[in-house]
Amino acid sequence: MTVSQISLTPLIPGLLLAGVLFALGLVGLLVRRNLIFMLISVEIMLNAAALAFILAGAHHGAADGQVMFLFILAMAAAEVAVGLAIILKLGRDLGTLDADAARKLGD
Amino acid sequence: MNALFYSSLAVAVAATAMVITRREAIHALLYLVVSLLAVAVAFFSLGASFAAALEVIIYAGAIVVLFVFVVMLLNLGPAAGEEERRWLGPRMFIGPGILASILLIELAFALSGGQIGGAVAREVSPSEVGRLLFDTYLLGVELAGLLLLAGLVGACHLGRADREEGDQSP
Repeated sequence: MTVSQISLTPLIPGLLLAGVLFALGLVGLLVRRNLIFMLISVEIMLNAAALAFILAGAHHGAADGQVMFLFILAMAAAEVAVGLAIILKLGRDLGTLDADAARKLGD
Repeated sequence: MNALFYSSLAVAVAATAMVITRREAIHALLYLVVSLLAVAVAFFSLGASFAAALEVIIYAGAIVVLFVFVVMLLNLGPAAGEEERRWLGPRMFIGPGILASILLIELAFALSGGQIGGAVAREVSPSEVGRLLFDTYLLGVELAGLLLLAGLVGACHLGRADREEGDQSP
């Protein structure tokens, strides 16, 4: 990599768009009360973070961004497996997917 | 080539906005697939073709399928078939179909132009990623394996059917 190489990556606009995706996921997480929608929103936020990593990796011409993407992918897969198992159990026990219905964990 | 990047991210933002505003979870999942595919096209335009393939296979493939399974498992019963027919009518596929065909046109354009990864100075090849992953980040790989094992055991424990109703302790 030489200094004269012009970086064509749209870094700042791309990071802003990743931020927009993250904000959409955050809004979904805060507004929706359905547990499945909340988990989907967390996935959207993780995906936006992965996009930021890939973008930064491409900007610097380094492979580290894609390595971090792989770690985010593994974490998202583990999180979804456990989260969906909890949702399945709650949905069967409570008969609803409302997050507020799961307030009384002791019952 | 930046046009490919921007248009795919515009599709991603539009599809994500549709995801968080749908009433039925299955409709949101249709848009979520389109959103993930759009992000994959953005990765592709950034020269990260390995990450794009993994995004399609693992996110849009495996994770969304898990979501669909859970949505369908929670709706078992005699009325489920009728409800499913109502959910997945032809009209529901119009929005995701339009967004997905935009992505298809973008991909065909990029492939015919032969300028994959044109938005970056240097493409990062999968072998480079693998070498870095199993060299510098080897500890992270082992920790990720541990995390996946913990997720597997946790999901298995939570998801198993209650055989004895009296025994509530884990």
